[in-house]
Amino acid sequence: MRRVLTRIAHEIAERNENSGDVVLVGIQRGGVFLARRLASTLTTIWNQPVPIGELDVSMHRDDLDHRASRIDMKPTIIPFDVTGKTVILVDDVLFSGRTTRAALDALNDFGRPQRIQLAVLVDRGHRELPIKADFVGKNVPTAAQERIDVRFEEEGGADGVTLEKA
Amino acid sequence: MAWERKHLLDIQSLSAEEILTVLDTARAFKAVGERAIKKVPALRGKTVVNLFIEPSTRTRISFELAAQRLTADVINFSAEASSLKKGETLKDTARNLQALNADIIVIRHSASGAPHFLARFLEASVVNAGDGAHEHPTQALLDAFTIRERKGKIEGLNVTILGDILYSRVARSNIWAMTKLGARVTLCGPSTLVPRVFEQMGCRVTYDVNEAIADADIINLLRIQHERQRQTMFPSIGEYTSLFGLTQARLARTKPEALIMHPGPINRGVEIDSEIADSKRSLITEQVTNGLAVRMAVLFLINGGQGPQGVAA
Repeated sequence: MRRVLTRIAHEIAERNENSGDVVLVGIQRGGVFLARRLASTLTTIWNQPVPIGELDVSMHRDDLDHRASRIDMKPTIIPFDVTGKTVILVDDVLFSGRTTRAALDALNDFGRPQRIQLAVLVDRGHRELPIKADFVGKNVPTAAQERIDVRFEEEGGADGVTLEKA
Repeated sequence: MAWERKHLLDIQSLSAEEILTVLDTARAFKAVGERAIKKVPALRGKTVVNLFIEPSTRTRISFELAAQRLTADVINFSAEASSLKKGETLKDTARNLQALNADIIVIRHSASGAPHFLARFLEASVVNAGDGAHEHPTQALLDAFTIRERKGKIEGLNVTILGDILYSRVARSNIWAMTKLGARVTLCGPSTLVPRVFEQMGCRVTYDVNEAIADADIINLLRIQHERQRQTMFPSIGEYTSLFGLTQARLARTKPEALIMHPGPINRGVEIDSEIADSKRSLITEQVTNGLAVRMAVLFLINGGQGPQGVAA
Protein backbone atom coordinates (compact mmCIF):
# COMPACT_ATOMS: atom_id res chain seq x y z
CA MET A 1 0.00 0.00 0.00
CA ARG A 2 2.88 2.35 0.78
CA ARG A 3 4.41 1.96 -2.69
CA VAL A 4 1.07 2.50 -4.38
CA LEU A 5 0.38 5.65 -2.36
CA THR A 6 3.84 7.04 -3.13
CA ARG A 7 3.16 6.55 -6.84
CA ILE A 8 -0.28 8.22 -6.61
CA ALA A 9 1.28 11.16 -4.75
CA HIS A 10 3.83 11.60 -7.53
CA GLU A 11 1.10 11.39 -10.17
CA ILE A 12 -0.87 14.07 -8.34
CA ALA A 13 2.25 16.25 -8.18
CA GLU A 14 2.92 15.70 -11.86
CA ARG A 15 -0.63 16.57 -12.90
CA ASN A 16 -0.95 19.65 -10.69
CA GLU A 17 1.93 22.03 -11.17
CA ASN A 18 0.44 24.82 -9.11
CA SER A 19 0.83 23.04 -5.79
CA GLY A 20 -0.50 25.95 -3.71
CA ASP A 21 -4.01 25.39 -5.08
CA VAL A 22 -4.25 21.70 -4.22
CA VAL A 23 -6.26 20.46 -1.23
CA LEU A 24 -7.04 16.87 -0.30
CA VAL A 25 -10.48 15.78 0.90
CA GLY A 26 -10.81 12.23 2.25
CA ILE A 27 -14.16 10.48 2.22
CA GLN A 28 -14.93 8.95 5.62
CA ARG A 29 -13.58 6.68 6.70
CA GLY A 30 -10.81 4.96 4.73
CA GLY A 31 -10.38 7.94 2.42
CA VAL A 32 -9.40 10.09 5.38
CA PHE A 33 -6.49 7.81 6.32
CA LEU A 34 -5.37 7.72 2.68
CA ALA A 35 -5.65 11.50 2.33
CA ARG A 36 -3.44 11.99 5.39
CA ARG A 37 -0.78 9.66 4.00
CA LEU A 38 -0.91 11.24 0.54
CA ALA A 39 -0.64 14.68 2.14
CA SER A 40 2.50 13.76 4.03
CA THR A 41 4.20 12.50 0.83
CA LEU A 42 3.00 15.55 -1.15
CA THR A 43 4.28 17.86 1.59
CA THR A 44 7.74 16.35 1.07
CA ILE A 45 7.53 16.59 -2.74
CA TRP A 46 6.26 20.18 -2.79
CA ASN A 47 8.06 21.30 0.33
CA GLN A 48 4.92 22.95 1.65
CA PRO A 49 1.98 21.70 3.71
CA VAL A 50 -1.09 20.38 1.88
CA PRO A 51 -4.46 21.08 3.55
CA ILE A 52 -6.63 18.05 4.37
CA GLY A 53 -10.40 17.89 4.78
CA GLU A 54 -12.69 15.08 5.92
CA LEU A 55 -16.04 14.46 4.28
CA ASP A 56 -18.92 12.26 5.42
CA VAL A 57 -21.36 11.76 2.57
CA SER A 58 -24.16 9.91 4.45
CA MET A 59 -26.42 12.95 4.33
CA HIS A 60 -26.04 13.21 0.55
CA ARG A 61 -26.57 9.58 -0.42
CA ASP A 62 -29.42 8.70 -2.77
CA ASP A 63 -29.88 5.19 -1.44
CA LEU A 64 -30.66 5.72 2.25
CA ASP A 65 -33.93 3.85 1.84
CA HIS A 66 -32.25 0.84 0.32
CA ARG A 67 -29.27 0.33 2.56
CA ALA A 68 -29.05 -1.66 5.71
CA SER A 69 -29.36 0.81 8.55
CA ARG A 70 -25.71 0.74 9.54
CA ILE A 71 -25.21 4.44 9.63
CA ASP A 72 -22.07 5.43 11.45
CA MET A 73 -21.74 9.08 10.78
CA LYS A 74 -18.36 10.73 11.14
CA PRO A 75 -17.74 14.45 11.23
CA THR A 76 -17.27 16.52 8.10
CA ILE A 77 -14.36 18.90 8.60
CA ILE A 78 -13.36 21.17 5.71
CA PRO A 79 -11.10 23.72 7.44
CA PHE A 80 -10.46 25.80 4.30
CA ASP A 81 -12.36 27.49 1.49
CA VAL A 82 -12.59 25.14 -1.48
CA THR A 83 -13.57 27.90 -3.93
CA GLY A 84 -11.00 28.19 -6.70
CA LYS A 85 -8.99 25.21 -5.39
CA THR A 86 -8.09 21.93 -7.01
CA VAL A 87 -9.78 19.40 -4.75
CA ILE A 88 -8.46 15.85 -4.82
CA LEU A 89 -11.21 13.58 -3.49
CA VAL A 90 -9.70 10.50 -1.89
CA ASP A 91 -11.57 7.22 -1.30
CA ASP A 92 -10.46 3.68 -0.60
CA VAL A 93 -12.71 1.73 -2.99
CA LEU A 94 -14.44 2.94 -6.16
CA PHE A 95 -17.45 0.72 -6.90
CA SER A 96 -20.88 1.98 -8.08
CA GLY A 97 -19.71 5.61 -8.08
CA ARG A 98 -22.61 6.64 -5.85
CA THR A 99 -20.37 7.65 -2.97
CA THR A 100 -18.37 9.84 -5.34
CA ARG A 101 -21.53 11.45 -6.67
CA ALA A 102 -22.68 12.15 -3.10
CA ALA A 103 -19.25 13.61 -2.34
CA LEU A 104 -19.45 15.92 -5.36
CA ASP A 105 -22.85 17.15 -4.14
CA ALA A 106 -21.58 17.61 -0.60
CA LEU A 107 -18.55 19.57 -1.80
CA ASN A 108 -20.90 21.87 -3.71
CA ASP A 109 -22.28 23.07 -0.37
CA PHE A 110 -18.85 24.28 0.66
CA GLY A 111 -18.03 26.37 -2.39
CA ARG A 112 -17.04 26.11 -6.03
CA PRO A 113 -13.73 24.36 -6.58
CA GLN A 114 -11.80 25.17 -9.74
CA ARG A 115 -11.60 21.46 -10.46
CA ILE A 116 -12.13 18.16 -8.67
CA GLN A 117 -10.01 15.07 -9.23
CA LEU A 118 -10.60 11.60 -7.83
CA ALA A 119 -7.95 9.35 -6.29
CA VAL A 120 -8.82 5.81 -5.19
CA LEU A 121 -6.79 2.96 -3.76
CA VAL A 122 -8.86 0.23 -5.46
CA ASP A 123 -11.09 0.44 -8.52
CA ARG A 124 -13.27 -2.68 -8.53
CA GLY A 125 -15.48 -1.82 -11.50
CA HIS A 126 -19.30 -2.12 -11.68
CA ARG A 127 -19.93 1.60 -12.14
CA GLU A 128 -23.57 2.71 -12.10
CA LEU A 129 -22.77 6.34 -12.92
CA PRO A 130 -20.49 8.06 -15.44
CA ILE A 131 -17.62 8.50 -12.98
CA LYS A 132 -13.96 7.70 -13.58
CA ALA A 133 -10.99 8.00 -11.24
CA ASP A 134 -8.04 10.25 -12.15
CA PHE A 135 -5.60 8.34 -9.97
CA VAL A 136 -5.97 4.59 -9.30
CA GLY A 137 -3.85 2.50 -6.95
CA LYS A 138 -4.92 -0.83 -8.38
CA ASN A 139 -7.63 -2.11 -10.68
CA VAL A 140 -9.22 -5.21 -9.16
CA PRO A 141 -11.76 -7.01 -11.34
CA THR A 142 -14.52 -8.33 -9.07
CA ALA A 143 -17.92 -9.93 -9.19
CA ALA A 144 -20.71 -7.65 -7.98
CA GLN A 145 -21.51 -9.84 -4.96
CA GLU A 146 -17.92 -10.00 -3.72
CA ARG A 147 -16.70 -7.74 -0.94
CA ILE A 148 -13.54 -5.68 -0.88
CA ASP A 149 -12.24 -5.00 2.59
CA VAL A 150 -9.54 -2.35 3.10
CA ARG A 151 -7.83 -2.21 6.49
CA PHE A 152 -5.56 0.50 7.85
CA GLU A 153 -2.85 0.64 10.51
CA GLU A 154 -4.68 3.66 11.93
CA GLU A 155 -7.53 1.36 13.00
CA GLY A 156 -5.12 -1.01 14.73
CA GLY A 157 -3.66 -4.00 12.91
CA ALA A 158 -1.85 -4.00 9.60
CA ASP A 159 -2.58 -2.39 6.24
CA GLY A 160 -4.23 -4.74 3.79
CA VAL A 161 -6.78 -5.24 1.05
CA THR A 162 -8.76 -8.48 0.91
CA LEU A 163 -11.29 -9.78 -1.56
CA GLU A 164 -14.01 -11.91 -0.02
CA LYS A 165 -15.78 -14.29 -2.35
CA ALA A 166 -19.55 -14.21 -2.21
CA MET B 1 -23.38 1.23 15.43
CA ALA B 2 -26.86 0.11 14.58
CA TRP B 3 -30.14 1.95 14.52
CA GLU B 4 -33.04 -0.34 13.69
CA ARG B 5 -36.00 1.67 14.96
CA LYS B 6 -38.76 3.05 12.80
CA HIS B 7 -40.19 5.25 15.56
CA LEU B 8 -38.89 7.34 18.42
CA LEU B 9 -41.55 6.98 21.09
CA ASP B 10 -39.67 7.21 24.38
CA ILE B 11 -36.27 7.02 26.03
CA GLN B 12 -37.32 4.22 28.37
CA SER B 13 -37.07 1.56 25.66
CA LEU B 14 -33.76 2.80 24.18
CA SER B 15 -30.44 1.24 25.05
CA ALA B 16 -27.47 3.38 26.07
CA GLU B 17 -25.87 2.45 22.74
CA GLU B 18 -28.88 3.69 20.79
CA ILE B 19 -28.86 6.97 22.69
CA LEU B 20 -25.17 7.40 21.90
CA THR B 21 -25.84 6.66 18.21
CA VAL B 22 -28.28 9.57 18.12
CA LEU B 23 -25.77 11.84 19.88
CA ASP B 24 -22.95 10.89 17.49
CA THR B 25 -25.18 11.44 14.47
CA ALA B 26 -26.33 14.78 15.87
CA ARG B 27 -22.72 15.94 16.06
CA ALA B 28 -22.45 15.61 12.29
CA PHE B 29 -25.71 17.52 11.83
CA LYS B 30 -24.65 20.30 14.17
CA ALA B 31 -21.76 21.02 11.80
CA VAL B 32 -24.25 21.37 8.93
CA GLY B 33 -25.95 24.23 10.79
CA GLU B 34 -22.66 26.09 11.01
CA ARG B 35 -22.04 26.16 7.25
CA ALA B 36 -23.00 28.81 4.73
CA ILE B 37 -25.40 26.29 3.15
CA LYS B 38 -27.29 24.77 6.06
CA LYS B 39 -29.20 22.19 4.12
CA VAL B 40 -28.57 18.59 3.07
CA PRO B 41 -30.69 16.39 0.79
CA ALA B 42 -31.05 13.42 3.16
CA LEU B 43 -34.88 13.51 3.31
CA ARG B 44 -35.48 14.85 -0.17
CA GLY B 45 -39.00 13.98 -1.32
CA LYS B 46 -40.16 12.90 2.16
CA THR B 47 -43.10 14.47 3.93
CA VAL B 48 -43.00 15.30 7.62
CA VAL B 49 -46.22 16.21 9.43
CA ASN B 50 -46.04 18.17 12.66
CA LEU B 51 -49.20 17.00 14.40
CA PHE B 52 -49.33 19.31 17.40
CA ILE B 53 -52.54 18.60 19.25
CA GLU B 54 -51.17 20.45 22.27
CA PRO B 55 -49.86 23.95 21.59
CA SER B 56 -46.11 24.35 21.32
CA THR B 57 -43.96 26.94 19.66
CA ARG B 58 -40.33 26.11 20.29
CA THR B 59 -40.50 22.35 19.76
CA ARG B 60 -42.64 22.75 16.65
CA ILE B 61 -40.31 25.33 15.16
CA SER B 62 -37.31 23.16 15.96
CA PHE B 63 -38.84 20.10 14.27
CA GLU B 64 -40.01 22.21 11.35
CA LEU B 65 -36.57 23.69 10.75
CA ALA B 66 -34.92 20.29 11.25
CA ALA B 67 -37.12 18.76 8.56
CA GLN B 68 -36.52 21.68 6.21
CA ARG B 69 -32.77 21.45 6.64
CA LEU B 70 -33.05 17.81 5.60
CA THR B 71 -34.96 18.94 2.48
CA ALA B 72 -38.23 17.29 3.56
CA ASP B 73 -41.61 18.88 2.93
CA VAL B 74 -43.29 19.94 6.16
CA ILE B 75 -46.94 20.34 7.06
CA ASN B 76 -47.86 21.96 10.34
CA PHE B 77 -51.05 20.85 11.92
CA SER B 78 -52.40 22.44 15.07
CA ALA B 79 -55.41 21.45 17.12
CA GLU B 80 -57.08 24.87 16.94
CA ALA B 81 -57.30 24.92 13.16
CA SER B 82 -58.10 21.27 12.58
CA SER B 83 -60.96 18.89 12.15
CA LEU B 84 -60.30 17.60 15.67
CA LYS B 85 -62.33 20.61 16.68
CA LYS B 86 -65.12 19.22 14.53
CA GLY B 87 -65.15 15.93 16.40
CA GLU B 88 -62.72 13.82 14.39
CA THR B 89 -60.79 11.28 16.43
CA LEU B 90 -57.00 11.23 16.61
CA LYS B 91 -57.00 7.89 14.82
CA ASP B 92 -58.98 9.26 11.87
CA THR B 93 -56.85 12.39 11.71
CA ALA B 94 -53.69 10.31 11.61
CA ARG B 95 -55.15 7.95 8.99
CA ASN B 96 -56.00 10.91 6.82
CA LEU B 97 -52.47 12.20 7.08
CA GLN B 98 -51.20 8.79 6.12
CA ALA B 99 -53.54 8.76 3.14
CA LEU B 100 -51.59 11.80 1.94
CA ASN B 101 -48.47 9.61 2.05
CA ALA B 102 -46.84 11.31 5.01
CA ASP B 103 -43.56 9.56 5.83
CA ILE B 104 -42.95 10.85 9.35
CA ILE B 105 -45.52 12.09 11.86
CA VAL B 106 -44.21 14.20 14.72
CA ILE B 107 -46.84 14.27 17.43
CA ARG B 108 -47.33 16.39 20.52
CA HIS B 109 -50.37 15.40 22.56
CA SER B 110 -51.70 16.06 26.04
CA ALA B 111 -52.46 12.35 26.51
CA SER B 112 -49.65 10.03 27.59
CA GLY B 113 -49.19 7.21 25.10
CA ALA B 114 -50.74 8.97 22.09
CA PRO B 115 -47.58 8.45 19.96
CA HIS B 116 -47.46 4.75 20.88
CA PHE B 117 -51.12 4.48 19.89
CA LEU B 118 -50.42 5.95 16.45
CA ALA B 119 -47.34 3.79 15.94
CA ARG B 120 -49.46 0.66 16.36
CA PHE B 121 -51.53 1.21 13.23
CA LEU B 122 -49.67 3.69 11.05
CA GLU B 123 -47.26 2.76 8.27
CA ALA B 124 -45.49 6.09 8.75
CA SER B 125 -42.73 6.65 11.31
CA VAL B 126 -43.86 8.34 14.53
CA VAL B 127 -41.78 10.73 16.63
CA ASN B 128 -42.94 11.66 20.10
CA ALA B 129 -42.60 15.43 20.57
CA GLY B 130 -44.07 15.25 24.07
CA ASP B 131 -47.00 13.19 25.34
CA GLY B 132 -48.75 14.40 28.48
CA ALA B 133 -46.59 13.96 31.55
CA HIS B 134 -45.02 10.83 30.08
CA GLU B 135 -41.99 11.54 27.88
CA HIS B 136 -40.33 14.15 25.70
CA PRO B 137 -37.53 12.07 24.22
CA THR B 138 -35.91 14.65 21.92
CA GLN B 139 -35.58 17.05 24.86
CA ALA B 140 -33.68 14.43 26.86
CA LEU B 141 -31.50 13.64 23.84
CA LEU B 142 -30.62 17.30 23.30
CA ASP B 143 -29.89 17.71 27.00
CA ALA B 144 -27.61 14.67 26.88
CA PHE B 145 -25.95 16.01 23.73
CA THR B 146 -25.35 19.39 25.38
CA ILE B 147 -23.92 17.85 28.54
CA ARG B 148 -21.65 15.51 26.60
CA GLU B 149 -20.42 18.35 24.42
CA ARG B 150 -19.57 20.56 27.39
CA LYS B 151 -18.39 17.97 29.91
CA GLY B 152 -16.94 15.41 27.50
CA LYS B 153 -18.97 12.61 29.08
CA ILE B 154 -22.09 11.87 31.07
CA GLU B 155 -21.01 8.82 33.05
CA GLY B 156 -20.23 9.65 36.65
CA LEU B 157 -21.69 13.17 36.58
CA ASN B 158 -24.06 14.44 39.24
CA VAL B 159 -27.20 15.75 37.56
CA THR B 160 -29.77 17.57 39.65
CA ILE B 161 -33.25 18.15 38.27
CA LEU B 162 -34.98 20.92 40.18
CA GLY B 163 -38.63 21.92 40.02
CA ASP B 164 -41.90 20.39 38.95
CA ILE B 165 -41.04 16.73 38.45
CA LEU B 166 -44.50 15.24 38.87
CA TYR B 167 -46.04 16.91 35.83
CA SER B 168 -42.87 16.95 33.75
CA ARG B 169 -42.31 14.70 30.74
CA VAL B 170 -38.92 16.39 30.39
CA ALA B 171 -37.99 15.10 33.85
CA ARG B 172 -39.06 11.53 33.07
CA SER B 173 -37.22 11.38 29.75
CA ASN B 174 -34.16 12.98 31.32
CA ILE B 175 -34.15 10.57 34.24
CA TRP B 176 -34.17 7.63 31.82
CA ALA B 177 -31.48 9.09 29.59
CA MET B 178 -29.17 10.20 32.40
CA THR B 179 -29.39 6.97 34.39
CA LYS B 180 -28.89 4.84 31.27
CA LEU B 181 -25.76 6.84 30.44
CA GLY B 182 -24.39 6.42 33.94
CA ALA B 183 -25.09 9.76 35.64
CA ARG B 184 -26.27 10.05 39.25
CA VAL B 185 -29.62 11.85 39.25
CA THR B 186 -30.95 13.90 42.16
CA LEU B 187 -34.48 15.27 42.12
CA CYS B 188 -35.53 18.27 44.18
CA GLY B 189 -38.60 20.48 44.52
CA PRO B 190 -41.71 20.91 46.66
CA SER B 191 -42.68 17.54 48.15
CA THR B 192 -46.06 17.74 46.43
CA LEU B 193 -44.30 17.87 43.05
CA VAL B 194 -41.47 15.41 43.78
CA PRO B 195 -43.02 12.25 45.17
CA ARG B 196 -40.73 9.61 46.65
CA VAL B 197 -41.97 7.13 44.07
CA PHE B 198 -39.35 8.54 41.67
CA GLU B 199 -36.73 6.75 43.74
CA GLN B 200 -37.88 3.59 41.92
CA MET B 201 -36.43 5.07 38.72
CA GLY B 202 -32.98 5.04 40.31
CA CYS B 203 -32.92 8.66 41.51
CA ARG B 204 -32.19 10.33 44.80
CA VAL B 205 -35.00 12.55 46.09
CA THR B 206 -34.35 15.46 48.43
CA TYR B 207 -36.32 18.51 49.49
CA ASP B 208 -33.31 20.56 50.54
CA VAL B 209 -32.26 22.61 47.53
CA ASN B 210 -28.86 23.59 48.90
CA GLU B 211 -27.99 19.97 49.45
CA ALA B 212 -29.36 19.00 46.03
CA ILE B 213 -27.12 21.40 44.15
CA ALA B 214 -23.99 21.28 46.34
CA ASP B 215 -22.28 18.46 44.40
CA ALA B 216 -24.08 18.92 41.10
CA ASP B 217 -22.18 19.10 37.81
CA ILE B 218 -25.40 19.91 35.97
CA ILE B 219 -28.44 21.71 37.40
CA ASN B 220 -31.45 21.22 35.14
CA LEU B 221 -34.25 23.59 36.08
CA LEU B 222 -37.86 22.88 35.19
CA ARG B 223 -40.63 25.36 34.85
CA ILE B 224 -43.67 25.16 37.11
CA GLN B 225 -46.35 23.94 34.74
CA HIS B 226 -49.37 25.89 35.89
CA GLU B 227 -51.38 24.56 32.97
CA ARG B 228 -50.99 20.97 34.10
CA GLN B 229 -51.74 21.39 37.77
CA ARG B 230 -55.20 20.46 38.84
CA GLN B 231 -54.95 22.27 42.11
CA THR B 232 -52.37 24.42 43.78
CA MET B 233 -49.47 22.21 44.76
CA PHE B 234 -47.61 24.92 46.69
CA PRO B 235 -48.77 28.09 48.44
CA SER B 236 -47.43 30.78 46.10
CA ILE B 237 -44.94 31.57 43.36
CA GLY B 238 -43.11 33.82 45.81
CA GLU B 239 -42.70 30.96 48.25
CA TYR B 240 -41.50 28.64 45.48
CA THR B 241 -38.87 31.17 44.46
CA SER B 242 -37.65 31.69 48.00
CA LEU B 243 -37.48 27.94 48.72
CA PHE B 244 -36.37 26.50 45.36
CA GLY B 245 -35.48 29.30 42.95
CA LEU B 246 -31.91 29.35 41.67
CA THR B 247 -30.62 32.62 43.08
CA GLN B 248 -27.11 34.09 43.02
CA ALA B 249 -26.77 33.23 46.70
CA ARG B 250 -27.60 29.58 46.08
CA LEU B 251 -25.44 29.40 42.96
CA ALA B 252 -22.47 30.70 44.96
CA ARG B 253 -22.54 27.51 47.02
CA THR B 254 -22.35 25.15 44.04
CA LYS B 255 -19.24 23.81 42.37
CA PRO B 256 -17.76 26.55 40.14
CA GLU B 257 -17.87 24.23 37.12
CA ALA B 258 -21.55 23.39 37.60
CA LEU B 259 -23.61 24.33 34.53
CA ILE B 260 -27.24 25.44 34.37
CA MET B 261 -29.80 24.04 31.95
CA HIS B 262 -33.47 24.74 31.33
CA PRO B 263 -35.76 23.30 28.65
CA GLY B 264 -37.61 26.61 28.36
CA PRO B 265 -39.70 28.62 28.34
CA ILE B 266 -38.00 30.18 31.36
CA ASN B 267 -39.81 32.23 33.95
CA ARG B 268 -37.21 34.81 34.94
CA GLY B 269 -37.30 35.59 38.63
CA VAL B 270 -39.32 32.47 39.44
CA GLU B 271 -37.22 29.32 39.04
CA ILE B 272 -34.09 31.16 37.89
CA ASP B 273 -32.53 34.57 38.51
CA SER B 274 -32.43 36.65 35.37
CA GLU B 275 -28.65 37.19 35.51
CA ILE B 276 -27.98 33.48 35.94
CA ALA B 277 -30.02 32.70 32.83
CA ASP B 278 -27.80 35.05 30.84
CA SER B 279 -24.52 34.04 32.48
CA LYS B 280 -21.67 31.98 31.06
CA ARG B 281 -22.75 29.04 33.18
CA SER B 282 -26.12 28.89 31.46
CA LEU B 283 -26.48 26.47 28.54
CA ILE B 284 -30.03 27.55 27.74
CA THR B 285 -29.43 28.95 24.25
CA GLU B 286 -26.97 26.17 23.40
CA GLN B 287 -29.74 23.71 24.20
CA VAL B 288 -31.90 25.34 21.53
CA THR B 289 -29.11 25.11 18.92
CA ASN B 290 -28.40 21.50 19.83
CA GLY B 291 -32.11 20.65 19.77
CA LEU B 292 -32.14 21.35 16.06
CA ALA B 293 -29.15 19.07 15.42
CA VAL B 294 -30.61 16.28 17.57
CA ARG B 295 -33.98 16.46 15.82
CA MET B 296 -32.27 16.33 12.42
CA ALA B 297 -30.43 13.23 13.60
CA VAL B 298 -33.64 11.59 14.83
CA LEU B 299 -35.54 12.28 11.60
CA PHE B 300 -32.55 11.04 9.60
CA LEU B 301 -32.11 7.84 11.63
CA ILE B 302 -35.73 6.74 11.73
CA ASN B 303 -35.95 7.26 7.99
CA GLY B 304 -32.68 5.50 7.17
CA GLY B 305 -32.90 1.95 5.94
CA GLN B 306 -36.62 1.83 6.30
CA GLY B 307 -38.35 3.93 3.71
CA PRO B 308 -42.09 4.55 3.54
CA GLN B 309 -42.50 1.87 0.90
CA GLY B 310 -40.93 -0.62 3.28
CA VAL B 311 -37.87 -1.09 1.06
CA ALA B 312 -35.43 -3.16 3.02
CA ALA B 313 -31.71 -3.51 2.47
